[in-house]
Amino acid sequence: MSKMNILTKGFFKENPTLVLVLGTCPSLAVTTSVNNALGMGLATTFVLMMSNTIISLLKNVIPDKVRIPAFIVVIATFVSIIDLLIQGYIPALASSLGIFIPLIVVNCIVLGRAEAFASKNSVFDSLLDGIGMGIGFTIALTIIATAREILGSGSFLGHKFIPGDGILVFVLAPGAFIIFGLTIALVRFIQSKVHHKN
Amino acid sequence: MEYILMIIGAVLVNNIILAQFLGICPFLGVSGKVETAAGMGAAVLFVMTLATLVTSCIQTYVLIPLDITFLQTICFILVIAALVQMVEIILKKISPKLYQALGVYLPLITTNCAVLGVAILVTQKDFNIMESTLYAISSALGFILAIVIFAGIREQLDLVKVPKGMQGVPIALITAGILAMAFMGFANLV
Repeated sequence: MSKMNILTKGFFKENPTLVLVLGTCPSLAVTTSVNNALGMGLATTFVLMMSNTIISLLKNVIPDKVRIPAFIVVIATFVSIIDLLIQGYIPALASSLGIFIPLIVVNCIVLGRAEAFASKNSVFDSLLDGIGMGIGFTIALTIIATAREILGSGSFLGHKFIPGDGILVFVLAPGAFIIFGLTIALVRFIQSKVHHKN
Repeated sequence: MEYILMIIGAVLVNNIILAQFLGICPFLGVSGKVETAAGMGAAVLFVMTLATLVTSCIQTYVLIPLDITFLQTICFILVIAALVQMVEIILKKISPKLYQALGVYLPLITTNCAVLGVAILVTQKDFNIMESTLYAISSALGFILAIVIFAGIREQLDLVKVPKGMQGVPIALITAGILAMAFMGFANLV
């Protein structure tokens, strides 16, 4: 597999959220606005990138039997770092993402990439894989958040361009489930079209 | 009275799955049949109660006195992972029947964000140990309620003809959205 392929496969073809349906909790919870979605996506990308690199470096040192707890400790370390950094420098983002920043630890995407990719591949490939998957996750969150923010509050990135209140239900919990479901269906539709053409 | 309100609030109003989006993975993953959903629910109830009890003790007696609360995330996730392993070993020894019923679900719970989520939530809400445990039990009951109802609906969904692109996860998510809308009816209960 070429380096470029490792980087870009997470964007669409193996998108962790929309195709593999991993990391569903944050994709529903923080997508009320595009700002939150970008913040969450970039924080997760940082964790994925760092944990993939470190785990790939340590893959020959960690005994096979205790690898999962060892991976979790590495991931939790970087989650704590990004948690403290966000609290220190972007307190507004920290309060709107709330408990979902520490919960990056249990995001199945991060542990999944550590187990499926970083523990078997070279350091540079793992770094690329982490960045690619992180960007794919960010893209997915941004798509869902764009739909929810426009429909729910008539704004984009906080700039209001549709007067009035918007459709409240899309900001609340039910809207999250429905938009997420429709986005996955749309991605499948596009994939089947692309597949058909080939 | 205060405690009753807290229980109703955690089970119906701020349902852990349908309002707080914690534990969506098992909610979508093991909700194919009512029995498996109930099994998963029981395992979550067991682990969540125990984990929150232990983590809130650690928070009160270790992390706060030593002023090392920045280690909270690492500490809690390790405690939960160790606890799940321990519960698995003990159950296997003393109650093989229960182990067989819950066995497959237990390892999944380590990466269930609901367990870590509730453990962190109770420290942010400044609950004492007893309140924390009660909150964990009622959150887990909310989890069971949501996942069992959802599994019941999905069993019926299997019998319906669904458009190809919507089969599986998309239709499940939209069903969950409608279920969440129904739960919003409880909003002003407390």
